[in-house]
Amino acid sequence: MSGLLALIARDVRIAWASGGIVNALAFFLLVTILFPFAVGPDTALLARIGGGVIWAAALLAALMPVERLIGPDAESGVLDQLAVRGISMAAAAAAKIVAHWLGFGPPLMIAAVLAAGLLGLPPQTLGAVELGLLIGTPGLAALAVATSALVTGLRGAGAVAGLVMLPLAVPLLIFGAGSIDGGAQAVKLLGAVSLVLIAGAPFVAGAAMRAGME
Amino acid sequence: MLFEHISFEVPPGGAVSVSGPNGVGKSSLIRIAAGLLRPADGEVTCPPHRALMAEAAALDAARPLGAALHFWATLDPAPAPSSASATARVAKALEAVGLAPIAAVPVRLLSTGQRRRAALARVVASDAPLWLLDEPANGLDVASVAMLERLIATHRAGGGAVAVATHLPIALPDAIPVVLG
Repeated sequence: MSGLLALIARDVRIAWASGGIVNALAFFLLVTILFPFAVGPDTALLARIGGGVIWAAALLAALMPVERLIGPDAESGVLDQLAVRGISMAAAAAAKIVAHWLGFGPPLMIAAVLAAGLLGLPPQTLGAVELGLLIGTPGLAALAVATSALVTGLRGAGAVAGLVMLPLAVPLLIFGAGSIDGGAQAVKLLGAVSLVLIAGAPFVAGAAMRAGME
Repeated sequence: MLFEHISFEVPPGGAVSVSGPNGVGKSSLIRIAAGLLRPADGEVTCPPHRALMAEAAALDAARPLGAALHFWATLDPAPAPSSASATARVAKALEAVGLAPIAAVPVRLLSTGQRRRAALARVVASDAPLWLLDEPANGLDVASVAMLERLIATHRAGGGAVAVATHLPIALPDAIPVVLG
């Protein structure tokens, strides 16, 4: 257990030090800023589509760090050393999911406040978006780690990662954006999708990391 | 198929020296012993606690050497209740490989040879009864190879076993030779 905490702490520190967190947030805000330019400065329209814009931007921002989540550790022998110490790859993947969420979820929720201001979202919409992000971003983090493990070692891993991850993230997007005015039922469905991803991703990622060693 | 019909047993204090030309499967044999590769057929019995020194150093480039080694020392399964704390083990290992003066230097600034010695320090700090060393003499100067031989001898004198895959000559008295290819 203390070993997994050490692993989580290491990954969070690397994410901060490499600037990956700031990059993803800057990208998120840029995407949300692009929409008003594209659809025009119509306040009522922006307030109506703003929640969905934030969700789509969050999904694209989640794609940014995917290449760096597993690949560097596989190349530098870190995964080998973990396996030699008897740490299962599924446990290592679970630690990576927690670490990735810590560096991605909360900062994104703070950035979403800024984005809501830029899009002129009403306060109750912002509240629904934040609740949705709180429930949905752990699932997004789990999906990112699993995707990263699957594409590690491929040429052009970044491009393939988008093709693998975005279709699988569609349910999160549908129920996330739907939860803004869909009420409690949509929030429950979002929670269910997120839970499925969190429960399955460590095993998918662990099997992929294990296969990558051979 | 890389190799077949290989069988050996390393007693406590013993050593195996795996040799053979490039590409014959020396590293694969070490990785099989480490449990990272599955043999196509056959059986490997190893103590659960072992230490691996492979080609990749697996040390975080941005961190100071001491901290990078300490991370791995905290993950090492403690072999005995009497064994020293992770900090003490790392300090002793750095002393043993002669890197103690540069413990505060970030790993990315180390030279090739220093990086190899750092990887060796990780093995020493693990206190594992079985050392698996893949080409440990690569990148080491003459004095460092002598130091490596001394460390292996000390480890064996304490009842530890070692398996070494190497194409460079390393003095391993009474080692069981395994010649591939």
